[in-house]
Amino acid sequence: MKCAGIVKNGLFNENPTFVQLLGMCPTLAVTTSVANGIGMGLATTGVLVCANIAVSLLRGFIPGKIRIASYVVVISGFATLVDMLLKAYAPALSKSLGIFIPLIVVNCIILARAEAFASKHSVVKSAADGLGMGLGFAGALTILSAVRELIGNGTLLGYAVLGEGYQPALIAILPPGGFIILGLTLGVINLIKERRKASA
Amino acid sequence: MLKELFILSVSAIFIENFVLVKFLGICPFLGVSKKTETAVGMGMAVTFVMGLASVMTWLLNTYVLLPFGLEYLQTIGFILVIAALVQLVEMFLQKMLPSLYNALGIYLPLITTNCAVLGVALLNIQKEYNLLMSLVYGVTAALGFMLALVLFAGVREHLEDADIPEFLQGMPIALITAGLIAMAFLGFSGLKI
Repeated sequence: MKCAGIVKNGLFNENPTFVQLLGMCPTLAVTTSVANGIGMGLATTGVLVCANIAVSLLRGFIPGKIRIASYVVVISGFATLVDMLLKAYAPALSKSLGIFIPLIVVNCIILARAEAFASKHSVVKSAADGLGMGLGFAGALTILSAVRELIGNGTLLGYAVLGEGYQPALIAILPPGGFIILGLTLGVINLIKERRKASA
Repeated sequence: MLKELFILSVSAIFIENFVLVKFLGICPFLGVSKKTETAVGMGMAVTFVMGLASVMTWLLNTYVLLPFGLEYLQTIGFILVIAALVQLVEMFLQKMLPSLYNALGIYLPLITTNCAVLGVALLNIQKEYNLLMSLVYGVTAALGFMLALVLFAGVREHLEDADIPEFLQGMPIALITAGLIAMAFLGFSGLKI
């Protein structure tokens, strides 16, 4: 498979959030505003690409029995790096994402890609896979957070879009709204898939 | 002190429920909630590990990381402690309580990647709890997780027989159900103690 194909696979066919349903905690928790969603998506993408490259480079050295533990150490190293970088250069974002930045370590997308892809493929392909999956995750977070911010606050990236008269439905940015809007989004995706199948 | 601990417990179980309000531990919440029995088993295992992990990570942070100025190693240190702990618990249960070990089965090793466990360890440090408060917070937060899991499993068992539009079957309807339960828990946020 070519690198472009691998990236596209992560973005659409095997989208980690909408198709594989991995990494649900950050997906639900940080999508209260578009800025948070994009920030979390890019932070995770960074860790995912670096971890995939490192695991791919080490794939000949790590003994099979302790591979999961080794992956976790590699991933937590990069997550700590991202945490420190965000604290230094984007303190506001780091504060609003809070505990979910160190929790990138236990994001199952990253461990899943290390185990399923990076440990079996070359460095370049693994980097492409990390980029595709990461951007797929970031894209999903952006879509969800846009819907939630628009309905729950009447704004997009902080700008008022729906005008003065709009009464924000606060429930969308409260925890229940996260569950319900993700559920409805998955439903809509199923509906689109069915339509495509019917017309094909 | 007792009053403080009581307030901490009620808030961890109801007001700031780990799953439904803080969004920690969603993967097992969605993954092992198809049957009530497995939900109870998972809840008990998580309670055990979260209580132990709270104490161990607190000790690690206070007596190793802080004196040597190694706070930046928190995430790495904590995840290693949790992984080792889960492994130990697994070995201990296998030897001493084989019946419980068999009942928990695959769910035991999976607890390592449950973000509620690492989450509670980090929150204990962030909120500057002492050892006793960390232990109580760890156990009660896990009980809150178990409560949400068992409630959700109960509803999901009934969903099996419901007539649901095809495009909402499976995960979409499960998430919407979780949203409705979360809405009920939102009511606790008005509680003043």
